[in-house]
Amino acid sequence: MLNYDKSRFERIFRDSSNEREILVHNASFFQDTLKRFKKNKGAVVGLIVITIVLFFSLIGPFMNSYKYDQVMTEYEKLPPRIPIVEKLGILDGTIVETKTKARAKINPDYERIVKEYVVNGKEMVDVERNIYKEKGFDDVYFWFGTDTLGRDQWTRVWTGTRVSFYIAFLAVLIDMVIGITYGMISGYKGGRTDTIMQRVVEIIVGIPRLVIVTLLVLVLNPGLMSITLALILTGWIGMSRVVRSQVLKLKSFEFILASRTLGSSDSQIIIKDILPNIFGQVLVMSMFSVPSAIFYESFLAFIGLGLQPPMASLGVLISDGYKSIMVYPHMLLFPVVILALLMLTFNLLADGLRDALDPKMKEE
Amino acid sequence: MTKYILKRLGMAALTLLVILFILFLLLEFMPGSPFNDEKLSPDQIANLNALYGLDKSPVIRFLIFVKNVVLHQDFGISFVIKKNAAISDMISSRIGITIKIGLQAILIGTVTGIVLGVIAGIKRNTIFDTLTTIIAVLGVSIPSYVFALGLSYYFGYKMRLFPITFDIDDTVRSMVLPSIALSMFVIAQTARFMRMELIDIFKSDYIQLAESKGLSNLKVIIRHALRNAMIPVITVLGPLLVGLMTGSLVVEKIFGIPGIGSLLIQAIQVNDFNVVIAIAFIYSFLYIFVNLLVDLLYGIIDPRIRVQGGGTNA
Repeated sequence: MLNYDKSRFERIFRDSSNEREILVHNASFFQDTLKRFKKNKGAVVGLIVITIVLFFSLIGPFMNSYKYDQVMTEYEKLPPRIPIVEKLGILDGTIVETKTKARAKINPDYERIVKEYVVNGKEMVDVERNIYKEKGFDDVYFWFGTDTLGRDQWTRVWTGTRVSFYIAFLAVLIDMVIGITYGMISGYKGGRTDTIMQRVVEIIVGIPRLVIVTLLVLVLNPGLMSITLALILTGWIGMSRVVRSQVLKLKSFEFILASRTLGSSDSQIIIKDILPNIFGQVLVMSMFSVPSAIFYESFLAFIGLGLQPPMASLGVLISDGYKSIMVYPHMLLFPVVILALLMLTFNLLADGLRDALDPKMKEE
Repeated sequence: MTKYILKRLGMAALTLLVILFILFLLLEFMPGSPFNDEKLSPDQIANLNALYGLDKSPVIRFLIFVKNVVLHQDFGISFVIKKNAAISDMISSRIGITIKIGLQAILIGTVTGIVLGVIAGIKRNTIFDTLTTIIAVLGVSIPSYVFALGLSYYFGYKMRLFPITFDIDDTVRSMVLPSIALSMFVIAQTARFMRMELIDIFKSDYIQLAESKGLSNLKVIIRHALRNAMIPVITVLGPLLVGLMTGSLVVEKIFGIPGIGSLLIQAIQVNDFNVVIAIAFIYSFLYIFVNLLVDLLYGIIDPRIRVQGGGTNA
């Protein structure tokens, strides 16, 4: 037996004074999800970045007086220049060129040497040249510079970003409407309907998306229309498969049987019993299809099958900028950064949503 | 097993037939005729039509089309890019380099990906794991052509380590950057998959059994965990091929590689329908073939799959 001092203990009886107050309320499913989502730093940052980019894509084109297709040849190929920021030495309207020392004639009004070095016995210099000063545009500011035709890159970039958001929205819509309907019918009806519908899916899956788009472009003209159609034709396959397998699983559960016994019609079972149970997965799945859709649009534009200039999309801008990558890297930089940022953040957001909606996956 | 193989083969053949049919329809309804020289009289055009079998019924023409494509790999002639050149010759001189770069990318990608994935899976929640996750997320999120542009700008233009555009006299060095650019996606996919598989496996009963029998860590990992983790990696091959296809188009354009990807882009831009259709068929064929191969291999290695019916009920 343990030896202890009995006087240090005292017997108490149960009354309201020593009952612990319940501080934690029962969290609803939504609150729980929100809490888990907020813990995921990547996803929260992703959401913030997407919101900022969305904001600029809506407001950006109105922030200066230029139009996205306004050609101003006198301003062609200007590097970016932003007021205030230019005093820090970045985005100040300068480009750096490498020349041999003998050839370089420095005009001190707008040029200065930043680095001198020797390559293969030749004396080389890096010359920083302020194009705006050279051409006498003292009060002109192009925040992202201009392209080879003198169009304002800021306006074009944000106008192009709108296309990406349109595609993102479209991808989710197609998933939600076509994907869910198709998978639901196939899984719920079962039997012969299911077999036929699944054979159709297998055939569509067997054809690479690239081929479908290429053929569509042959028939229609390249542009937003053919991309939209291509997405409608192929974008819902993954979702329909997930929905079908979920429905197949849920169909055999007892609560569905109970619901049917109580006299629910098929549509009631689908809307009230099945849909809420697969909603989380559907949401996550549709978020994952967004980055790949955005990528596809830009990819098509890049190889010349997507939107055509003077229309602007991130892919069009990258394709234009790539032609002068060696001389004017700024034309490529901004659209590439925004495209990569969008794809990265949508991926992070989808990851975060998945972990938040399905905590089991994470706790493994 | 035979039933499973036959079912998959039948499905692949049916898909291929559907593609051939769509391509045939496109050829039929495409505007213009192959004989649009104004000097030709109606009689001569009728003669030419008879010569090429264009006066026959659509069903017979479709059968002839299928026969030509499947048995003779004959896609007709190019009208724009190289007038009257046989498309099969144009393609056969270009397809080698596309496949070579694709294979190199798969090789670099899967080996690096598996190594990264294994390290991340074994050393979970360490700096290696985090790094691998970052690489995997970046590899999936950043388009392959952005990688290709970055590589060509820094290693080709700034540092001048490798040629910027494809150099026929120096094919080995010319293929380095394109292969790396293509492999990023492969690395990301395999690493992520491998890590997930390993983590699953380490929790399984047979690993615990192996450990409790007193096997060394290394033996457990190599003999038991890795072997089982490698099997599902085969399934990544299908999606990877899609990535490689789209990637090859872009990378061939950026680096100026004379492969079939750049031929397709060129054909689309100048409206050379026959060439587009031929390459569309080749891409579809490759895709169907690899998917079939993956399914069959997987069915042979893992008996659970073929019982469930080819993984389509996933």
